[in-house]
Amino acid sequence: MLQITNLSASIDNKKILKGFNLKIKPGEIHAIMGPNGSGKSTLANVLTGKNGYQVEGQVLYQGKNLLKLPIEERAQKGLFMAFQYPLEIAGVNTNNFLKTSLNTVRKVRGLKELDSLDFLNLIKTKTKNLKIDEKILNRQLNVGFSGGEKKKNEILQMTILEPKLVILDETDSGLDIDAMKIVSEGVNSLRDKDRSFLIITHYQRLLDYIKPDFVHVLVDGKIAKTGCGELALELEKIGYGKMEAEG
Amino acid sequence: MKQSTINSSEEYKYGFTTDIESIRAPKGLNGDVIKFISNIKKEPRWMLEWRLKAYERLKNLKEPNWQKPKYPKIDYQDLYYYSAPKNSENKPKSLDEVDPRLIETYNKLGISLKEQEKLSGVAVDAVFDSVSVATTFKDKLTEKGIIFCPISEAIQKHPDLVKKYLGSVIPITDHYFATLNSAVFTDGSFVYIPQGVRCPMELSTYFRINASETGQFERTLIIADKGSYVSYLEGCTAPMRDENQLHAANVELVALDDAEIKYSTVQNWYPGDKDGKGGIYNFVTKRGVCRGRNSKISWTQVETGSAITWKYPSCILQGDNSIGEFYSIAITNNHQKADTGTKMIHLGKNTKSKIISKGISAGHADNTYRGLVRISSKANNSRNFTQCDSLLMGNECGAHTIPYIENKNSSSNIEHEATASKINEEQLFYCNQRGLNQEEAIGLIVNGFCKEVLQQLPMEFAVEAQKLVGISLEGSVG
Ligand SMILES: Nc1ncnc2c1ncn2[C@@H]1O[C@H](COP(=O)(O)OP(=O)(O)OP(=O)(O)O)[C@@H](O)[C@H]1O
Ligand SMILES: [Mg+2]
Repeated sequence: MLQITNLSASIDNKKILKGFNLKIKPGEIHAIMGPNGSGKSTLANVLTGKNGYQVEGQVLYQGKNLLKLPIEERAQKGLFMAFQYPLEIAGVNTNNFLKTSLNTVRKVRGLKELDSLDFLNLIKTKTKNLKIDEKILNRQLNVGFSGGEKKKNEILQMTILEPKLVILDETDSGLDIDAMKIVSEGVNSLRDKDRSFLIITHYQRLLDYIKPDFVHVLVDGKIAKTGCGELALELEKIGYGKMEAEG
Repeated sequence: MKQSTINSSEEYKYGFTTDIESIRAPKGLNGDVIKFISNIKKEPRWMLEWRLKAYERLKNLKEPNWQKPKYPKIDYQDLYYYSAPKNSENKPKSLDEVDPRLIETYNKLGISLKEQEKLSGVAVDAVFDSVSVATTFKDKLTEKGIIFCPISEAIQKHPDLVKKYLGSVIPITDHYFATLNSAVFTDGSFVYIPQGVRCPMELSTYFRINASETGQFERTLIIADKGSYVSYLEGCTAPMRDENQLHAANVELVALDDAEIKYSTVQNWYPGDKDGKGGIYNFVTKRGVCRGRNSKISWTQVETGSAITWKYPSCILQGDNSIGEFYSIAITNNHQKADTGTKMIHLGKNTKSKIISKGISAGHADNTYRGLVRISSKANNSRNFTQCDSLLMGNECGAHTIPYIENKNSSSNIEHEATASKINEEQLFYCNQRGLNQEEAIGLIVNGFCKEVLQQLPMEFAVEAQKLVGISLEGSVG
């Protein structure tokens, strides 16, 4: 699914990723933990194609060179990121945004575009599953949404777009316990042998709900340690300090 | 970020010229040229006198210069004031007699003059430089007593109506450009809706500048008699040229008791090239008077073209309970400049006005909303609501809001809201990450921003306008 080899990225001459390696197979769930500023969001941004980074190294996605594709093509090919800080866009109706996005992606994938009625039916079930108040669909995109509503809106988009590779950037931060469960169920419901996840989080608790196959610790732009679910528990106890010393 | 890779001919697809022999007045502005225009249009004596009176007045007027966008001095003696395709003086009786090159020109602009093929439910008057070349659906309208014809024809056939109303909203003494127009106006549309008639179709005029070094001085007069209704739309395009061309139109609307006029404009004059060379100076005076009780005038404008747009479609709310509305989208990209807004003059009791203005600025452009709301001492219980929103794209452009508010009546009330926002790269990244490309993302954001105004347009044109909004901003976030 995804193979990252010796990936480096800098912004404004500041080197953030320093020789990052990772391989994700179809169906796998990888968690990335690591101290603030270690480069987790940067990794997500570089993979999704955000402008402004000088990037070196190689990233193969479904066997193809990901780094030379425009942002929207990566998304159309099934790469999805739930933003750490979802953007507010005034004037754009949430429902219309989701529909436009879905239909654009469907068109590229050779599927029939959904008309308003089909879309309404789809979105009704999805919002219900995620316990999202339908009213937010008629509001401006993310404008005035609570922190939790914004995060749920990201997960809603994920479930609608049915991506192949999902990056969750601290989607659990700011969620109350119930919301965290709901979001986890959303993720688990999408688990599939052909779909992979890269979950960035600071909290072991999320990984109680979403069982990862691997946990990586990112320190200073590269992976300092890789383990299974237990590694997260260990980190919870000893913190990153020790890890940095080891790395 | 993606830079504009679109060449200018794709950006402005109406930039072609039609190769057609034309008849011109001698260059320059003087009494003889005015006589030439009046003569070639076979105008009655009173019309010529009216023009000459305006011309005398003009000699004592100075060009205003309080507007924000400045422009190099216009040499009024170096312009042609009349240009028309040869043989058009004897206006063809049927479309079959119209020069095929003209039909072809309008086809290329997406306006079909052949009735059987055209947008159903829209009657078109096509004005090419200084003359109207065709008016469609005339017979169908005549059945209802509706007059929809070139103003030059109305001067000959309906002199009483023209005499009564021409200049009654914009007097010949008004201001420099309006007075200039009164002296030299060439063509435009005339509409009269009789008492109690609801016009069964959209009326529309399509203005095309073709000739070079020529000013276009259109004159439009719309009268909605008691209890009548009409929806009217004008569209405008011009070829790409390095010179700046002047378009100084006057539009007058009169709504009598219980009548309603809905006037929409989709202005897409050539905006000049990426570096600001060329483009139309769109200096237009548009004014409507709600003369009767319970009358209503609603202006909707989508201004995407022109090098400089300078206009304030206004409503004089004279009749009690009358309503004035102004919905505007002004988009400026590259080096375009706009100084536009409205005037709502409340004279009658219980008069209401609403102003929704959306200004979008990109590139090096500059966009000013300027608006006056005046509530006179006799206008009891009157209301105004104004909402001015600006959207900026990039760091090189400007947006300004200049509201003038005068309330002389304590029972009346004026509300003003304004917002300014900016499309930033993070927002576009977010949209791109959801599969939308740059143009789709900008289109979505901008159309969301403009929705309230776009909704006001007649259905047939809303889709076109929505596309136009996207096109005029292509490549603007870079
Ligand atoms: N535009 C920029 N200019 C300079 N430094 C930047 C820029 N963007 C990010 N950085 C720096 O890069 C480092 C990595 O940032 P990143 O957002 O990837 O961290 P993170 O691991 O996601 O942290 P957190 O856990 O707090 O979300 C930080 O030190 C940050 O300040
Ligand atoms: Mg982060």
